[in-house]
Amino acid sequence: MSTLIDRRKVVDWLGIAPFMIFALMFLILPTLYLVTGAFFTPDGQFTFKNLADLTHPSIMSAYWISIKVSVASSIGGALIGFFLAWAITLGGLPSWIRSGLLTFSGVASNFAGVPLAFAFIATLGRTGLVTVLLRDIFGFNLYSTGFNLLSFFGLTITYMFFQIPLMVLILTPALDGMKKEWREASEILGASTWQYWRMVALPILWPSVMGTTLLLFANAFGAIATAYALTGASLNIVPILLYAQIRGDVLHNPNLGYALALGMIVITGASNILYIWLRSRAERWQK
Amino acid sequence: MKTNRLLAWIALAIGVIYFVVPLLGTFEFSLRMRRGEYSFDAYQSVFSDMQFRETFGYSMMMALLTIVFGMLLIVPTAYWVRLRLPQVRPVIEFITLLPLVIPAIVIVFGYLRLYNSSSFLPLTNSSSGTNLLLMLSYMTLSLPYMYRAVDTAMRAIDVSTLTEAAESLGAKWPTILFRCIFPNVMSGVLSGAFITFAIVMGEFTMAALLNRPAFGPYLQLVGANKAYEPSALAIIAFAITWISMGLLQLVSRFSKTAPRKA
Repeated sequence: MSTLIDRRKVVDWLGIAPFMIFALMFLILPTLYLVTGAFFTPDGQFTFKNLADLTHPSIMSAYWISIKVSVASSIGGALIGFFLAWAITLGGLPSWIRSGLLTFSGVASNFAGVPLAFAFIATLGRTGLVTVLLRDIFGFNLYSTGFNLLSFFGLTITYMFFQIPLMVLILTPALDGMKKEWREASEILGASTWQYWRMVALPILWPSVMGTTLLLFANAFGAIATAYALTGASLNIVPILLYAQIRGDVLHNPNLGYALALGMIVITGASNILYIWLRSRAERWQK
Repeated sequence: MKTNRLLAWIALAIGVIYFVVPLLGTFEFSLRMRRGEYSFDAYQSVFSDMQFRETFGYSMMMALLTIVFGMLLIVPTAYWVRLRLPQVRPVIEFITLLPLVIPAIVIVFGYLRLYNSSSFLPLTNSSSGTNLLLMLSYMTLSLPYMYRAVDTAMRAIDVSTLTEAAESLGAKWPTILFRCIFPNVMSGVLSGAFITFAIVMGEFTMAALLNRPAFGPYLQLVGANKAYEPSALAIIAFAITWISMGLLQLVSRFSKTAPRKA
């Protein structure tokens, strides 16, 4: 009898073996290889020097620009996305606008990468539509104000094109979960709209909003294709530095490259863990 | 309530301007190739480019293979987990979310170290090996979306009853899987397929670092060397994304109106 049970158990586990082998070989081991590599010298000696070398000014500045772009585009995306999600849920807009915007968000949140860079070059580049219109109609030269699409600010606006729709998609269900009774209860108790938002709605919503913002942050932090197509290698963000390192060992130490990758995993990992934690808090109210 | 609605319209107007202007700008730019008048010359130039057809076909092929092999891996796994190993579901779910946590560039960096010519499994030695590696990398990238789509579809059906019914009628495992489970989670399979298609068609990092002639690296190359073609390509890429997402919506709407259990 006991062998029979064991055999069944073995079969049970064999059923997920293909998936486990796949995940191990093409997701977990490659990542672990880099993570452990970050703690060794090229000759195989254990060391913390690679991590210490991350404090080199050029690497630190890459992390700093990456973090700035990701923070700015995630907060900007979260703010505009929040208002859009609010407009289509509680704002009383016609329902065709809601479904239209949600469909569009599904498309736009997946419209990233190289083509997105092209779109913004054609719009805000030196001969782009908006630049030309501003110059010809209003006599306003955008580029004389110091604006440059191939910069921190330009990259931030470009990233927001996929950040805003993502926020809309994730936040709309959360706003749908806001019960009418809460609003009515607070109104009966004499609360103003402002008090309702400050003391009821926002405390309920903030884990969703914060969590999604963190997700947007990680989303922007790991992105490379848009930035690469937009700026070539001129804007020194971490993914582009890592790209150059993979291509040609620009840091002159392969293991420093691993440390760079480890830094990225730590940052995106931390924001995702916080996101998951905040989401579980948000779900308390969505039952 | 009045001010509310006004604010909602303002928010919407800002959003619409932000989203429509870049698309209009891109379209306008793509028509500017002929001096002094609007024309579709840029599109003509793109479509007549051999490299466009080759890379587009290559990425198409990659997308299809990714979808087929991805689903062959994920549907049986999701099925098995629901049927026999519900206790490992959180673990599997966690693994499927990892590609969203670990940046693609880091994953492919790991591949290049682990499967290079001097490793135990030198996949990057031959072009067919690298193609295989690229497909596997796309399977990894699409894992979160595919698994989520399939698992959601599977929640709507009663896996164990279906299995028992099929077994009592004398069905073997392949029959259960391909004639019973697959058709029942088709909506999930299709929505996973469309999003995978959209991801693979535009993907840049993996293909560029594995040196494969895919559509993403081609886009980047055109962007670095030409003036008007990139905008035309951006419009084409946007249309591809739009079509895949439109089909996805159609599928999910269709499956919602269809009777729950057949």
